[in-house]
Amino acid sequence: MDQKRGLCVHSVSVQTRRGEQGRGPKTSAPFYKEPILKFLSILLCGILSVLAAQAQDESAVREKLAHAVLSGSADQPKLVGELADTGSKIVHDVLIAWTRDGVFIFETNNVRIPVLLEEQTDANGNARAIRIDDGKFLVDDQKKELHFAATDLNALDTDARLRTVIQQTLDSLALSDPDPDARENAILKLGNSHKLNNISVLQARLAKEKNPAVVRAINEAIAMLQLGDADPQVQITAAQQLAALKSIGSLDMLKALAENKSSPPAVVQAAKIATSRINEHVVAVNFFGTIFRGLSLGSILLIVTLGLAITFGLMGIINMAHGEMIAIGAYTTYVVQNLFGSGFAFSINLPFHFFGHPVGFGLSLPGMNATGWWYESYFLFALPLSFLMAALAGLALERSVIRFLYRRPLESLLATWGVSLVMQQLFRMVFGANNVQVSSPSWLLGHFTLNDVSMGYNRVFVIVFAVLIVIGTWMLLTKTPLGLLIRAVMQNRDMASCMGVRTARVNMMTFAFGSGLAGLAGAFLSQIGNVGPSLGQSYIVDSFMTVVVGGVGSIVGTVYAAVGIGTSDQVLQQVTGSPVTGKIVVLVCIILFLQWKPGGLFSIRSRSLD
Amino acid sequence: MQRKSSNLEIWVVLAVALFVIIVFPSLNAFTADGSWLHVSNFTITLYGKYLCYAMLAISVDLLWGYTGLLSLGQALFFSLGGYMMGMYLMRMIGDLGQYHQPIPDFLVFLGWSTLPTFWKPFASFPFALLTAVLLPGVLSGIFGYLAFRSRIRGVYFAILTQALTYAACLLFFRNSLLLGGNNGFTDFKFILGYDIREASTKRGLFIATGIALLLVYLLCKWLTKTKFGKVQRAIRDSENRVMFSGYSTANFKLFIFVLASLIASLAGVLYVPQVGIINPSEMSPDKSLEAVVWVSVGGRGTLIGPIIGAFAVNGMKSWATRSYPDMWLLLLGTMFILVTVFMPKGIVGLPAQLQGVYQKFTAKKMKAEPVSVTPDAAVQPVKPE
Repeated sequence: MDQKRGLCVHSVSVQTRRGEQGRGPKTSAPFYKEPILKFLSILLCGILSVLAAQAQDESAVREKLAHAVLSGSADQPKLVGELADTGSKIVHDVLIAWTRDGVFIFETNNVRIPVLLEEQTDANGNARAIRIDDGKFLVDDQKKELHFAATDLNALDTDARLRTVIQQTLDSLALSDPDPDARENAILKLGNSHKLNNISVLQARLAKEKNPAVVRAINEAIAMLQLGDADPQVQITAAQQLAALKSIGSLDMLKALAENKSSPPAVVQAAKIATSRINEHVVAVNFFGTIFRGLSLGSILLIVTLGLAITFGLMGIINMAHGEMIAIGAYTTYVVQNLFGSGFAFSINLPFHFFGHPVGFGLSLPGMNATGWWYESYFLFALPLSFLMAALAGLALERSVIRFLYRRPLESLLATWGVSLVMQQLFRMVFGANNVQVSSPSWLLGHFTLNDVSMGYNRVFVIVFAVLIVIGTWMLLTKTPLGLLIRAVMQNRDMASCMGVRTARVNMMTFAFGSGLAGLAGAFLSQIGNVGPSLGQSYIVDSFMTVVVGGVGSIVGTVYAAVGIGTSDQVLQQVTGSPVTGKIVVLVCIILFLQWKPGGLFSIRSRSLD
Repeated sequence: MQRKSSNLEIWVVLAVALFVIIVFPSLNAFTADGSWLHVSNFTITLYGKYLCYAMLAISVDLLWGYTGLLSLGQALFFSLGGYMMGMYLMRMIGDLGQYHQPIPDFLVFLGWSTLPTFWKPFASFPFALLTAVLLPGVLSGIFGYLAFRSRIRGVYFAILTQALTYAACLLFFRNSLLLGGNNGFTDFKFILGYDIREASTKRGLFIATGIALLLVYLLCKWLTKTKFGKVQRAIRDSENRVMFSGYSTANFKLFIFVLASLIASLAGVLYVPQVGIINPSEMSPDKSLEAVVWVSVGGRGTLIGPIIGAFAVNGMKSWATRSYPDMWLLLLGTMFILVTVFMPKGIVGLPAQLQGVYQKFTAKKMKAEPVSVTPDAAVQPVKPE
């Protein structure tokens, strides 16, 4: 408690100092900084007091627990049953150990101490004993830790009645778990248990529960249990309740009930109605789930393709190394992650010798060994860096190879394929032939469920970012002077050159921008799939197809095509039941689509012939 | 002048072909194992493989060098031919496989006990050959008809053929197609009753491949010399003008596309018994691009160029993958970039290119007008505009 007060005072003093500084010419600084500091200090105090309260709870719980363990077998069931309200992890652990004969009594000088044995044993197979009453290790008079084998001590017995009580207590303990997801799981387990006496446990919890998702789960579980009731009226109400809740989990139970010959016709009827309503819901959930996955796939495709839409669509360069630009972005993310972690190093030995010395090169970068939120934020630094690295690589590629090939598009395809081979091999040499591990920051992990449709945060993030990137690109191309120059050069390079536009420079910038977008795509792909030397290869055919379908030279067309192809890919995967078949069907459909619209969705009309 | 050099080329090719077809196998058959003249079985198979690659390269060149159609689907037709031959060879294994069943091993592995219907006729060699002609022919016919009808050309044609190859590659990787999945076919035993591992069978296959390549070469030589060949090159240089002159360019292109697919398929048919394996990775888009590299290195728009390119690049590959396995892709990629940017005419065009540089050099000295030797593609890298 003292510590807590001290901290509060400290932060207040910081606040006043800030305030004094703020009285200088910059009056705006304290205006927004003060409330933030105040808020932070309040938050800190809050957290500390919560921690203290928890510690208090814990010792009380342990005392109760020790009391229950030590009391006579007549009182035990009642005392154990009372532990259900604590919702404590310790109670859970001890009760589980108890049912497995893992709770021991250590007797010395007529004092009985209940202990658990640590799982980790020393060389003799002995383990330290943990006291149940205070959570510390058991020590002798000289404060030396005592070691026991399980056979040295008397295990506490259980009888059938006690075990039933323990099981019930464990069930209700799970129901009062602080984590709502864990509560939901426990409730679901009870709902599937076919034991009517669980209803009372659930109803008791229902009275206390505040989380709406958990309340819904409890209602669902109660209704599921009531399906097994002897009274047909209760069964019918339960079926109706389940239908109203659109409970997917109860589908199997309802089906079984509907097919049960011995149940009354009214119950069968109700179960059938409920089944069909839930089935409708399942179809809807699958539909929206597919749409969502399709949208996210389309967004990935869009981010991957947008760079290509610029280099291929606008500039007419077939960059087969586009996939490797993506890989550069992904590997940059990997390197940045390692720089935030333990550092990054590589070395390559060339198979040559120079005056007897092996030739090679390498690089070793120290890491920051960051942890916590600072480590988690690495991705935010990786995003601009991957754009930058890929853009630089694109710049180098444009200056060294592509500028010779502006008038020979077919040959640009071939030369850049050579570049792609070289780069893939370089990746293999630097990062190894296997996939590297890129861990997603925790704020991209996990998912939320909306009406039974589960959505991953990373996928939502990708969709949002795709929208941002498209808007950014569109703004750049239409609202900035550079965009004007880019469009002029792409429409008619010679004419733009005659008007005094430095086309070489514009080409360079455009190509670098397109490659940078590919790098951004790579950073995202590293969060979703594997990062390996051939990462780009798996996207290159798809992305070229997307540009062609959308109409070469049209950014809008690319957006439509990417979302369309992504969604239809997911839908066809669902329909055909296999990802590969779906992909093949999509490719064939694209070939047929181009029969109908050879110029793509949004073809640019032109009177010029080649 | 043109005709004379062309005739010279034919004579040289005939002489080399006779040497390859007669002398090489003889050296393998009639010299002792340790003799310096001896050609090992391994070398015979290796060069037989190169001959198949050369045939594939000619098919690419017929499309790309002569008609201006960059097809990235030639590996698909090559593998289709190979697969048809492979099916025949699989049937010829009989019950000598691992499981000693009368059906191919991988079918046993997939839980089949009888042969699927479409496998049955492949016991007949003529039938396998017929499908090796029909399947690629029909596929290229349909695809070409659709593509050329809607005037898909240039880069778009390349991308579409690549997508077609990619789709087929994915399809062949599936086990449910009952064509061996990603392991494909291997472990062949007999061809036409001869043991496929015997040196004499290998020689026979080598000679057959050599003759097939010679015939393909002569056919293409004749074809490109006819009026048809002229139209073909006119399409490459300016398709619209040809179209406006009243030619149905789509039909010309379709014919060439189907012909090239058949040549590629033939190469595949001869390739599989010599190499002894065929799997879906042979039809990946990368393999098509590799064939394009051979043509590009050898010199496109000539018929001798692809053959030289196929031998040069693959010879180098065999050497580099053994000596510097890590460096091979770097080498191939770099070579390809350099050839594309600086040597658009390939090895065959190198003398003319050097001559052009030399003439430019001397002309500058004499302060005369520079002589342009190659009109279309630049000899030196074009200055950025």
